[in-house]
Amino acid sequence: MNRTLIALASGLLFGAGLAYSGMSDPARVQAFLDLFGRWDPTLAFVMGGAILPMAFAWIIKSRLSSPLAAPAFDLPGTAKLDRPLAIGAIMFGMGWGIAGLCPGPALADLAIAPVAVLPFVAAMFAGMAAHRFIPVSSK
Amino acid sequence: MIPAFPNAMPVEGFIGGLLIGLAAAIMLLGLGRIAGVSGLAARATGIADAGAPRNVAVAFVLGLPLGAFLMARALGEVQVSFPDTIWPLIIGGLLVGYGTRLGSGCTSGHGVCGLSRLSPRSMVATGMFMTTGFVTVGLLRAGGWL
Repeated sequence: MNRTLIALASGLLFGAGLAYSGMSDPARVQAFLDLFGRWDPTLAFVMGGAILPMAFAWIIKSRLSSPLAAPAFDLPGTAKLDRPLAIGAIMFGMGWGIAGLCPGPALADLAIAPVAVLPFVAAMFAGMAAHRFIPVSSK
Repeated sequence: MIPAFPNAMPVEGFIGGLLIGLAAAIMLLGLGRIAGVSGLAARATGIADAGAPRNVAVAFVLGLPLGAFLMARALGEVQVSFPDTIWPLIIGGLLVGYGTRLGSGCTSGHGVCGLSRLSPRSMVATGMFMTTGFVTVGLLRAGGWL
């Protein structure tokens, strides 16, 4: 229960930050990627603002033997550079540019513009399920 | 306001970014996990078998729209503008869903959490999806789609 509440608080803050920062607007996100058009640098300020507290969090983390409310840290590796990482990132970048949406803002928009964002969210989960059931060989 | 970019929201963007970073810090220091939206969404829906405990993933994923809803209520209005047709959303959604699973992350996991950790994997992924995003929108503009 305690851990569920912490996760809910994290999600709440995350969603509130997305809405406040303008990142829930697909047109604004797409405008950040539109270097040769109506470029809007807002996303860079959002990334800077988000990375700042997280950089401190990683420093604090390095001095903890375990997280405050869970038995152990469970974090992904950082070193491996392989083909799935590259192909996945390229596919994601294409979809991000075409729609102006990535997973966080898409889910946040379920509360702001549910009808408009629903096709994207449905397609996103279909794409995730497709990866599970039709995986590409990793070699 | 930045004179050359009248639509930019640098102050709101930075403050909103701080909230996002704080959310990710709570996940890391409280539960020992990355606040990666694509991974947690896949886990919450049962598409992924491994990862965060189900209750953690579900609570985080429900918190996203709830937090956005509360912020929109507090602000009075949050402006959003979507493509005129459904096709960019369908094609984009499929690519984002498949790509984030294959590449193990999106803007939150690789971008916010990975870059701040100086993870080589995340730096490569973020560089690639950002570059691909710039090229994709550049091609859409060159082709007269925007």
